[in-house]
Amino acid sequence: MDLANLLSNYEEAVAMILFGIGFSNLLLQKNLIKKIIGLNIMDTAMYLFLALKGYIEGHKAPIVVDGVQSVEAYINPIPSGLVLTGIVVSVSVSALMLSLTIRLYRRYHTLDLDEITTRLKKEGL
Amino acid sequence: MALVQNLPFLSILLSLFAGPLSSIISGKKAKWVNLFVITVVGIMSAAVLAFVLRSGEPYVYMMGHFPAPWGNEIRVGVLEASMALFFCIIMFLCMIGGSLERMLEIEESKENLYYVMVNLLLCSLLALIYTNDLFTAYVFVEINTISACGLIMIRQNGRTIEAATRYMIMSLLGSGLFLLGVCFLYDLTGHLLMSNIQESVRALHESGKYHVPLLVTISLMSVGLAIKSALYPFHAWLPDAYGYSTLSSAAILSSLVSKGYIFLLIKIFYRVIGFDIIRDSKVINVLFIFGIVGMIMGSVDAIQESNVRRMIAYSSVAQIGYIYMGLGLGTTAGVLASVFHIVSHAATKSLLFVAASGLTDASGGSTDFFDLTGAGYRNKVAGVAFTVGSLSMVGIPMFAGFISKLMFAQAGVESNHKMLLTLVALAISTVLNAVYFMKTVIRIYTPEKREVLAKKNFRRITAADQPAKTVALVCFVVLNLVLGIASEPIVKLFGQGLSMFS
Repeated sequence: MDLANLLSNYEEAVAMILFGIGFSNLLLQKNLIKKIIGLNIMDTAMYLFLALKGYIEGHKAPIVVDGVQSVEAYINPIPSGLVLTGIVVSVSVSALMLSLTIRLYRRYHTLDLDEITTRLKKEGL
Repeated sequence: MALVQNLPFLSILLSLFAGPLSSIISGKKAKWVNLFVITVVGIMSAAVLAFVLRSGEPYVYMMGHFPAPWGNEIRVGVLEASMALFFCIIMFLCMIGGSLERMLEIEESKENLYYVMVNLLLCSLLALIYTNDLFTAYVFVEINTISACGLIMIRQNGRTIEAATRYMIMSLLGSGLFLLGVCFLYDLTGHLLMSNIQESVRALHESGKYHVPLLVTISLMSVGLAIKSALYPFHAWLPDAYGYSTLSSAAILSSLVSKGYIFLLIKIFYRVIGFDIIRDSKVINVLFIFGIVGMIMGSVDAIQESNVRRMIAYSSVAQIGYIYMGLGLGTTAGVLASVFHIVSHAATKSLLFVAASGLTDASGGSTDFFDLTGAGYRNKVAGVAFTVGSLSMVGIPMFAGFISKLMFAQAGVESNHKMLLTLVALAISTVLNAVYFMKTVIRIYTPEKREVLAKKNFRRITAADQPAKTVALVCFVVLNLVLGIASEPIVKLFGQGLSMFS
């Protein structure tokens, strides 16, 4: 029964697998750019999950055009709003991470965070 | 609705707008704007506190024109208002205490940007304290992280940039997990407002449905916030970030930023999920164990450290461990002890950072342990203040740290299964604290030979040389003594706040 549940909710399962991929990339990769890519995969997986939760089969995007105001006609608009907010947050965070990466690259000419740490220890600053 | 009820919202808005304003004015003006904002927000919080104390019950402030299940809300009780007031006091003193270092260490053209970050940090802390909406909390958690990162990297050297990068990576992992938890909770309950979520969670809990997803949600949010507040195994970024950033950043980061996340976690425990459900879920046992490991390992790391600022930073790891241990006890007394420790640690740790910088100023700027020999004689105020801070950290009566240790011990005795472990960990941790703090106090009061002083060109620093820092240190010492001696009304205040928290 559990397996059947998993199969019928395969979209959510995909979102969670993507989240795992992104999370482990952000945690384990040495290369800073790959870390940032991981971060973006993680965030996007979350938006996929949220969008899925707001979607109702057969209903339309919640924009009133033909004067139809019935709740039955539209999907839940709140998750879409959350996704938009989340996108803003993740854009600014990625920008900050990228600017930090540029700073580090200019100083140490490498993107490997562990190597930078070893060099810092050698400098003994 | 009374006028004073608008003040929490206005204080958030004021600090939010002060941020962009600082970016277009000069550094000097921005500094005054910042001090003004912190003072005004502090006064506002005090007024709100007086109002809530008088009315005796929390109130909900509706944002916009949509009522409860749809709109956004602020909820204010005694605990929220007193925390906001206290955070303002600490932040004000940190900003005053570090003003000299900021002038020396930050490029002049970038000075106003520093105040952008500080104002935004204040705004996000206030929002984390007051908000009643889980997704708003997430957004402000991110704002908090970004501005804290700015505070670390404003002093440009390799160490701070690397520390800021590590801090960002850890924080993003934490907020990723937290966001996932929020999404799950929204999925399970269909609400984003904390009080509405609690109703649905209670119904779910009683019907026994979705037991595993609820457990997963609780653990995701706890782990996410634990990572962000640097609970023991996730603290790798902390010593560098606190040890090499400019003084006010280090003091603010150690005393306020991590505390904002912990406050949010307490709020989630009480208001979003419900404390009895949290207790049944056993997630707090995990926090308890990590807290205890952190208490011991943080101190062990601190003992091995020869850089005095990094030593104080490692001591923060141990103190965060205390707070999580108190949460992990699973009793109201434990949480009350944690809340008091949030306050007493914030007051003590920022005192230690400012005092240590006074001592290093008298030692030619060196943070090395052996260069501090006799520094207590060369800078008398800083020496006394550092001693007060150390005694408080070790837990000597009359100082803030003693009260929180006493409360932790009392809370531990009340809890059946965890009594032995709590008391043993408290004892070991106290001894370890004493080892490295008393070692430093003895070192700064060991007279240095004349010829060494002449050779290294160490100079005396009097109170007149650094008036701002001296004022801040005196205020910190007084704050510590007040927390230590007049603790009863403060504890009562927090107890009252906690009882109206859920």
